[in-house]
Amino acid sequence: MRRILSIVGLAVLVAAGFLFWLSRPQPLPADAMAGLEGDAEHGRQVYLAAGCRSCHTAPESEDKDLLAGGQRFPSDFGTFLAPNISPHPEAGIGDWSLDQFASAVMRGVSPENRHYYPAFPYAAYARMDRQDVADLWAYWQTLPQSDQASAPHEVGFPFSIRRGLGLWKAMFVDPDWVMAGDLSPEEERGRYLAEALAHCGECHTPRGALGNLDTARWMAGAPDPSGKGQIPALTPDKLDWSAGDIAYYLESGFTPDYDSAGGHMVAVIDNFAELSPEDRTAVAAYVKALSEPAGE
Amino acid sequence: MKLWKFAIAGAAMGLGSVALAQDVSKQVKARQGQMQIVAMNLGVLGGIAKGEIAYDAETAQRAADSLVGISMIDQGPLWVEGSDTMSIEGTRALPAIWDNTSGFMEDWQAYVAAAAAMSEAAGQGQEAIGAAMRDMGGSCKSCHDDFRETN
Repeated sequence: MRRILSIVGLAVLVAAGFLFWLSRPQPLPADAMAGLEGDAEHGRQVYLAAGCRSCHTAPESEDKDLLAGGQRFPSDFGTFLAPNISPHPEAGIGDWSLDQFASAVMRGVSPENRHYYPAFPYAAYARMDRQDVADLWAYWQTLPQSDQASAPHEVGFPFSIRRGLGLWKAMFVDPDWVMAGDLSPEEERGRYLAEALAHCGECHTPRGALGNLDTARWMAGAPDPSGKGQIPALTPDKLDWSAGDIAYYLESGFTPDYDSAGGHMVAVIDNFAELSPEDRTAVAAYVKALSEPAGE
Repeated sequence: MKLWKFAIAGAAMGLGSVALAQDVSKQVKARQGQMQIVAMNLGVLGGIAKGEIAYDAETAQRAADSLVGISMIDQGPLWVEGSDTMSIEGTRALPAIWDNTSGFMEDWQAYVAAAAAMSEAAGQGQEAIGAAMRDMGGSCKSCHDDFRETN
């Protein structure tokens, strides 16, 4: 009996040890960004497409590139507050290295080697080209600084234990593309913009019980996380806009009926309006290539 | 006897709320109507900008002048108290309109300016209309961002 107990005890210990190991923060390998020179001009395009400022400007901010933080993001797990990520050396992230920035963006790991909450869409950014991350960081140095202190997230136990996020990442972060199969070069560019940079799926895809994106119902629409209203579906069973309509919407904010965008999509369109017509057309091609969602 | 009083009071309250609902429903209809007129005319101008409708100076000017016409409607009487999403069904007008009336009217002035600019652009061809459409889109969504409920 005692032997059985000790075997069970050992098994529990091994399992706990395995989970602890599995949940460890995993920054990028030390040489991941070696030899990459950043191009600030292209970095601006990455910055717009990735939508950094849509969440990180202060609410009601006049300067759309002052990333002082403070916007609130309610969820089933608590309310997340966007931090100051301006290049201010103390209040922001100005004293980071490129390696630290790349690990934050692509792995969701802070310079203190802790997990970020996935309100920061690193699950999408994990698909980024490392050169784009280097370009983004070069552009970052040109942004204005804010000395606004970051506010803490309002997240209760057990979600306040960040180590647990490592298990969430192990289960749900997958740097492979959601849209598989043979794609045209235009659709591939659109996929990169939509799945890696613009992280469209974060709002347009429904979530499972653990806050994970339900990839079987990719872009099938979801409740608005603010609690009011619905984020529309982009899948062909629901959205019948032409590719031209989608591209024009991303440029001007006008739907085919000349209603206009509202809510968070306004910030997305402010970004996309500054991208090239080719990039907007590519995203439209990607949206038109989406599949109908799997059954409920 | 008491029951009678209750019945009368109840009926009066019922009538009162019906009367109130009828009152704001006119304003709500007028608000939504002016938005529909804007959308119909933007349909012409946007069609020209996208190259789906052949450019014709007179058609473009008529559409743009209709936008200017809407911009001249006094908005004050349309946005009455108690006609927001918290008070009635069938509107997407957020309470923020009444909490921040000056911000709301500032956004409306951006539409007024965009309509005037469109009227200038209408005679100058497809490209000028395209540029004016982008500014118009900017004014629409900046107001809808803060003051209209998302779907």
